[in-house]
Amino acid sequence: MHDGHDHPTLPERDEELNRAQITEMALRQLLHEKGVITADELRRQIETMDARTPAQGAAVVARAWTDPAFKARLLADGAAACREAGISTGPFNLVVVENTPEQHNLVVCTLCSCYPRYVLGLPPDWYKSKAYRARAVREPRAVLAEFGTVLADGVAVRVHDSTADMRYLVLPMRPNGTEGWSAPRLAELVTRDSMIGVAPARDP
Amino acid sequence: MRAYHDLGGLPAGPVERAEHDYALWEKRVDAMLVLLGDKGLMRTDELRRAIEGLGSAAYERMSYYERWLAAIVEIMIERGVVTVDELGRKMAEIEERRDEAL
Repeated sequence: MHDGHDHPTLPERDEELNRAQITEMALRQLLHEKGVITADELRRQIETMDARTPAQGAAVVARAWTDPAFKARLLADGAAACREAGISTGPFNLVVVENTPEQHNLVVCTLCSCYPRYVLGLPPDWYKSKAYRARAVREPRAVLAEFGTVLADGVAVRVHDSTADMRYLVLPMRPNGTEGWSAPRLAELVTRDSMIGVAPARDP
Repeated sequence: MRAYHDLGGLPAGPVERAEHDYALWEKRVDAMLVLLGDKGLMRTDELRRAIEGLGSAAYERMSYYERWLAAIVEIMIERGVVTVDELGRKMAEIEERRDEAL
Protein backbone atom coordinates (compact mmCIF):
# COMPACT_ATOMS: atom_id res chain seq x y z
CA MET A 1 0.00 0.00 0.00
CA HIS A 2 2.90 2.32 -0.63
CA ASP A 3 3.26 4.33 -3.80
CA GLY A 4 7.02 4.41 -3.72
CA HIS A 5 7.76 7.87 -2.37
CA ASP A 6 7.46 9.27 1.06
CA HIS A 7 4.68 11.56 2.18
CA PRO A 8 4.63 13.35 5.50
CA THR A 9 0.99 12.31 5.71
CA LEU A 10 -0.92 9.66 3.83
CA PRO A 11 -2.74 10.97 0.74
CA GLU A 12 -6.04 9.46 1.93
CA ARG A 13 -5.62 11.51 5.05
CA ASP A 14 -5.29 14.75 3.11
CA GLU A 15 -8.45 14.02 1.18
CA GLU A 16 -10.29 13.28 4.37
CA LEU A 17 -9.16 16.48 6.00
CA ASN A 18 -10.33 18.35 2.95
CA ARG A 19 -13.66 16.65 3.17
CA ALA A 20 -14.03 17.69 6.80
CA GLN A 21 -13.20 21.27 5.90
CA ILE A 22 -15.77 21.28 3.11
CA THR A 23 -18.40 19.80 5.42
CA GLU A 24 -17.59 22.37 8.10
CA MET A 25 -17.85 25.20 5.56
CA ALA A 26 -21.16 23.90 4.19
CA LEU A 27 -22.73 23.45 7.61
CA ARG A 28 -21.49 26.82 8.80
CA GLN A 29 -22.86 28.62 5.72
CA LEU A 30 -26.22 26.90 6.09
CA LEU A 31 -26.43 27.84 9.76
CA HIS A 32 -25.58 31.45 8.84
CA GLU A 33 -28.17 31.54 6.02
CA LYS A 34 -30.85 30.17 8.30
CA GLY A 35 -29.99 32.66 11.01
CA VAL A 36 -29.20 29.89 13.49
CA ILE A 37 -25.67 31.11 14.17
CA THR A 38 -24.35 34.43 12.87
CA ALA A 39 -20.80 34.92 11.63
CA ASP A 40 -20.30 37.42 14.43
CA GLU A 41 -21.36 34.97 17.12
CA LEU A 42 -18.98 32.38 15.75
CA ARG A 43 -16.09 34.83 15.65
CA ARG A 44 -16.75 35.97 19.21
CA GLN A 45 -16.99 32.40 20.46
CA ILE A 46 -13.61 31.56 18.91
CA GLU A 47 -12.11 34.67 20.51
CA THR A 48 -13.52 33.65 23.87
CA MET A 49 -12.07 30.17 23.46
CA ASP A 50 -8.67 31.52 22.42
CA ALA A 51 -8.63 33.69 25.54
CA ARG A 52 -8.92 30.62 27.79
CA THR A 53 -5.44 29.40 28.60
CA PRO A 54 -3.72 27.54 31.43
CA ALA A 55 -2.71 30.98 32.78
CA GLN A 56 -6.22 31.21 34.22
CA GLY A 57 -5.85 27.97 36.12
CA ALA A 58 -2.36 28.99 37.20
CA ALA A 59 -3.69 32.21 38.71
CA VAL A 60 -6.28 30.24 40.68
CA VAL A 61 -3.65 27.78 41.94
CA ALA A 62 -1.23 30.54 42.94
CA ARG A 63 -3.98 32.33 44.83
CA ALA A 64 -4.84 29.12 46.67
CA TRP A 65 -1.17 28.77 47.64
CA THR A 66 -1.09 32.26 49.14
CA ASP A 67 -4.62 32.63 50.52
CA PRO A 68 -5.73 29.77 52.81
CA ALA A 69 -9.33 30.98 52.97
CA PHE A 70 -9.53 31.02 49.16
CA LYS A 71 -7.98 27.56 49.03
CA ALA A 72 -10.65 26.24 51.39
CA ARG A 73 -13.36 27.74 49.17
CA LEU A 74 -11.69 26.33 46.05
CA LEU A 75 -11.59 22.82 47.49
CA ALA A 76 -15.18 23.12 48.73
CA ASP A 77 -16.64 24.37 45.43
CA GLY A 78 -14.21 24.78 42.53
CA ALA A 79 -16.67 26.41 40.16
CA ALA A 80 -17.79 29.02 42.70
CA ALA A 81 -14.20 29.88 43.65
CA CYS A 82 -13.23 30.23 39.98
CA ARG A 83 -16.16 32.56 39.40
CA GLU A 84 -15.01 34.55 42.42
CA ALA A 85 -11.60 34.80 40.71
CA GLY A 86 -13.28 36.10 37.57
CA ILE A 87 -13.22 32.87 35.56
CA SER A 88 -16.45 31.54 34.13
CA THR A 89 -16.83 27.79 34.47
CA GLY A 90 -19.85 27.40 32.24
CA PRO A 91 -22.40 24.78 33.16
CA PHE A 92 -19.88 22.36 34.65
CA ASN A 93 -19.09 21.33 38.18
CA LEU A 94 -15.41 21.71 38.94
CA VAL A 95 -13.82 19.51 41.55
CA VAL A 96 -10.38 20.67 42.68
CA VAL A 97 -8.22 17.89 44.08
CA GLU A 98 -5.18 18.71 46.18
CA ASN A 99 -1.82 17.01 45.86
CA THR A 100 -0.10 16.36 49.19
CA PRO A 101 3.08 14.55 50.19
CA GLU A 102 0.86 11.50 50.79
CA GLN A 103 -1.42 11.64 47.75
CA HIS A 104 -1.00 12.49 44.08
CA ASN A 105 -3.98 13.18 41.80
CA LEU A 106 -4.30 12.54 38.08
CA VAL A 107 -7.13 13.56 35.74
CA VAL A 108 -8.33 11.63 32.71
CA CYS A 109 -11.49 11.17 30.65
CA THR A 110 -11.63 7.51 29.68
CA LEU A 111 -14.81 7.83 27.62
CA CYS A 112 -13.95 10.91 25.59
CA SER A 113 -12.18 14.17 26.29
CA CYS A 114 -13.88 15.96 29.19
CA TYR A 115 -11.47 18.56 30.49
CA PRO A 116 -11.70 21.76 32.57
CA ARG A 117 -11.58 23.80 29.37
CA TYR A 118 -13.04 26.92 30.97
CA VAL A 119 -10.03 27.07 33.27
CA LEU A 120 -7.27 25.53 31.09
CA GLY A 121 -8.37 26.07 27.48
CA LEU A 122 -8.59 23.20 25.00
CA PRO A 123 -6.89 19.93 25.94
CA PRO A 124 -3.63 18.75 24.37
CA ASP A 125 -3.90 15.90 21.86
CA TRP A 126 -2.30 13.36 24.18
CA TYR A 127 -5.04 13.91 26.77
CA LYS A 128 -7.54 12.68 24.15
CA SER A 129 -5.32 9.85 22.92
CA LYS A 130 -6.29 6.23 23.20
CA ALA A 131 -3.15 5.35 25.15
CA TYR A 132 -3.66 7.98 27.85
CA ARG A 133 -7.37 7.25 28.24
CA ALA A 134 -6.80 3.51 28.38
CA ARG A 135 -3.81 3.40 30.70
CA ALA A 136 -4.24 6.31 33.12
CA VAL A 137 -6.77 4.33 35.15
CA ARG A 138 -4.94 1.01 35.02
CA GLU A 139 -1.29 1.89 35.45
CA PRO A 140 -1.15 5.55 36.48
CA ARG A 141 2.35 5.25 37.94
CA ALA A 142 3.72 3.96 34.63
CA VAL A 143 1.95 6.75 32.73
CA LEU A 144 3.28 9.33 35.18
CA ALA A 145 6.78 7.95 34.78
CA GLU A 146 6.50 8.46 31.01
CA PHE A 147 5.86 12.12 31.78
CA GLY A 148 8.96 12.14 33.97
CA THR A 149 7.00 12.05 37.22
CA VAL A 150 8.26 9.23 39.41
CA LEU A 151 6.33 8.90 42.65
CA ALA A 152 7.76 7.36 45.79
CA ASP A 153 6.17 4.05 46.75
CA GLY A 154 4.53 5.58 49.81
CA VAL A 155 2.59 8.14 47.77
CA ALA A 156 -0.96 7.11 46.93
CA VAL A 157 -2.28 7.88 43.44
CA ARG A 158 -5.87 8.84 42.94
CA VAL A 159 -7.15 8.95 39.35
CA HIS A 160 -10.21 11.04 38.55
CA ASP A 161 -12.28 10.03 35.53
CA SER A 162 -14.07 13.11 34.22
CA THR A 163 -17.60 13.20 32.89
CA ALA A 164 -19.56 15.58 30.71
CA ASP A 165 -20.81 17.45 33.78
CA MET A 166 -17.96 16.92 36.22
CA ARG A 167 -14.52 18.33 35.51
CA TYR A 168 -11.41 18.03 37.65
CA LEU A 169 -8.47 20.32 38.28
CA VAL A 170 -5.39 19.30 40.25
CA LEU A 171 -4.05 21.70 42.85
CA PRO A 172 -0.34 20.86 42.69
CA MET A 173 1.98 21.17 45.67
CA ARG A 174 3.66 24.53 46.12
CA PRO A 175 7.34 24.13 45.25
CA ASN A 176 9.93 24.45 47.99
CA GLY A 177 12.00 27.59 48.01
CA THR A 178 9.12 29.92 47.16
CA GLU A 179 8.48 31.33 50.61
CA GLY A 180 7.34 34.92 50.44
CA TRP A 181 6.68 34.84 46.69
CA SER A 182 3.74 36.84 45.37
CA ALA A 183 0.84 35.04 43.68
CA PRO A 184 1.70 36.36 40.17
CA ARG A 185 5.27 35.14 40.55
CA LEU A 186 4.10 31.76 41.82
CA ALA A 187 1.65 31.44 38.93
CA GLU A 188 4.59 31.25 36.52
CA LEU A 189 5.54 27.92 38.11
CA VAL A 190 2.10 26.41 37.56
CA THR A 191 2.07 24.52 34.27
CA ARG A 192 -0.91 23.07 32.46
CA ASP A 193 0.48 19.58 33.00
CA SER A 194 0.74 20.17 36.74
CA MET A 195 -2.99 20.95 36.82
CA ILE A 196 -3.81 17.76 34.88
CA GLY A 197 -1.60 15.94 37.34
CA VAL A 198 1.01 14.44 34.99
CA ALA A 199 3.77 16.65 36.39
CA PRO A 200 4.57 18.68 39.49
CA ALA A 201 4.68 22.46 39.42
CA ARG A 202 8.02 23.83 38.20
CA ASP A 203 10.80 24.35 40.69
CA PRO A 204 11.86 27.96 41.15
CA MET B 1 -20.12 -5.67 25.78
CA ARG B 2 -17.70 -2.78 26.04
CA ALA B 3 -18.32 -0.02 23.48
CA TYR B 4 -15.40 1.15 21.36
CA HIS B 5 -15.14 4.56 22.99
CA ASP B 6 -14.90 3.01 26.45
CA LEU B 7 -11.13 2.75 26.66
CA GLY B 8 -10.49 2.84 30.41
CA GLY B 9 -8.22 0.01 31.53
CA LEU B 10 -7.51 -1.47 28.11
CA PRO B 11 -3.92 -2.29 27.23
CA ALA B 12 -2.26 0.33 25.05
CA GLY B 13 1.17 1.54 24.06
CA PRO B 14 3.13 4.52 25.35
CA VAL B 15 1.43 7.90 25.53
CA GLU B 16 2.71 9.92 22.60
CA ARG B 17 3.06 13.45 23.83
CA ALA B 18 1.56 14.96 20.69
CA GLU B 19 0.09 18.43 20.63
CA HIS B 20 -0.95 20.66 17.78
CA ASP B 21 -2.34 24.14 17.48
CA TYR B 22 -5.93 23.74 16.51
CA ALA B 23 -6.74 24.70 12.92
CA LEU B 24 -9.38 27.32 12.25
CA TRP B 25 -11.87 24.75 10.96
CA GLU B 26 -11.43 22.77 14.19
CA LYS B 27 -12.05 25.86 16.30
CA ARG B 28 -15.12 26.62 14.22
CA VAL B 29 -16.50 23.14 14.85
CA ASP B 30 -15.90 23.58 18.56
CA ALA B 31 -17.50 27.04 18.51
CA MET B 32 -20.52 25.77 16.56
CA LEU B 33 -21.18 23.11 19.16
CA VAL B 34 -20.93 25.59 22.03
CA LEU B 35 -23.27 28.04 20.29
CA LEU B 36 -25.77 25.33 19.31
CA GLY B 37 -25.72 24.26 22.95
CA ASP B 38 -26.35 27.84 24.13
CA LYS B 39 -29.31 28.03 21.76
CA GLY B 40 -30.81 24.78 22.97
CA LEU B 41 -30.27 23.09 19.59
CA MET B 42 -27.77 20.45 20.67
CA ARG B 43 -26.87 18.87 23.96
CA THR B 44 -23.67 17.21 25.09
CA ASP B 45 -25.54 13.93 25.40
CA GLU B 46 -26.50 14.16 21.74
CA LEU B 47 -22.87 14.76 20.76
CA ARG B 48 -21.88 11.72 22.76
CA ARG B 49 -24.65 9.57 21.32
CA ALA B 50 -23.74 10.50 17.76
CA ILE B 51 -20.02 9.93 18.31
CA GLU B 52 -20.64 6.65 20.05
CA GLY B 53 -22.83 5.64 17.10
CA LEU B 54 -20.22 6.35 14.41
CA GLY B 55 -19.05 2.76 14.40
CA SER B 56 -15.62 1.65 15.49
CA ALA B 57 -14.01 1.92 12.04
CA ALA B 58 -15.03 5.55 11.57
CA TYR B 59 -14.21 6.35 15.19
CA GLU B 60 -10.68 5.02 14.76
CA ARG B 61 -10.15 6.67 11.39
CA MET B 62 -11.48 10.13 12.14
CA SER B 63 -9.62 12.86 13.94
CA TYR B 64 -11.13 14.35 17.06
CA TYR B 65 -12.93 17.27 15.42
CA GLU B 66 -13.93 15.16 12.43
CA ARG B 67 -15.92 13.09 14.92
CA TRP B 68 -17.46 16.20 16.41
CA LEU B 69 -18.36 17.53 12.98
CA ALA B 70 -19.94 14.25 11.90
CA ALA B 71 -21.94 14.23 15.13
CA ILE B 72 -23.11 17.84 14.77
CA VAL B 73 -24.19 17.19 11.18
CA GLU B 74 -26.11 14.11 12.25
CA ILE B 75 -27.91 15.88 15.08
CA MET B 76 -28.72 18.95 12.94
CA ILE B 77 -30.28 16.67 10.34
CA GLU B 78 -32.09 14.67 13.01
CA ARG B 79 -33.50 17.86 14.52
CA GLY B 80 -34.48 19.21 11.09
CA VAL B 81 -32.24 22.29 11.39
CA VAL B 82 -30.67 21.38 8.04
CA THR B 83 -31.59 18.71 5.52
CA VAL B 84 -29.36 16.18 3.80
CA ASP B 85 -30.22 17.80 0.46
CA GLU B 86 -29.30 21.29 1.58
CA LEU B 87 -26.01 20.08 2.93
CA GLY B 88 -25.25 18.03 -0.17
CA ARG B 89 -26.00 20.99 -2.46
CA LYS B 90 -23.89 23.34 -0.38
CA MET B 91 -20.98 20.94 -0.36
CA ALA B 92 -21.22 20.49 -4.13
CA GLU B 93 -21.20 24.28 -4.57
CA ILE B 94 -18.13 24.63 -2.41
CA GLU B 95 -16.32 21.84 -4.22
CA GLU B 96 -17.18 23.36 -7.59
CA ARG B 97 -15.81 26.74 -6.55
CA ARG B 98 -12.70 25.08 -5.17
CA ASP B 99 -12.15 23.17 -8.43
CA GLU B 100 -12.54 26.39 -10.41
CA ALA B 101 -10.01 28.08 -8.17
CA LEU B 102 -7.44 25.34 -8.78
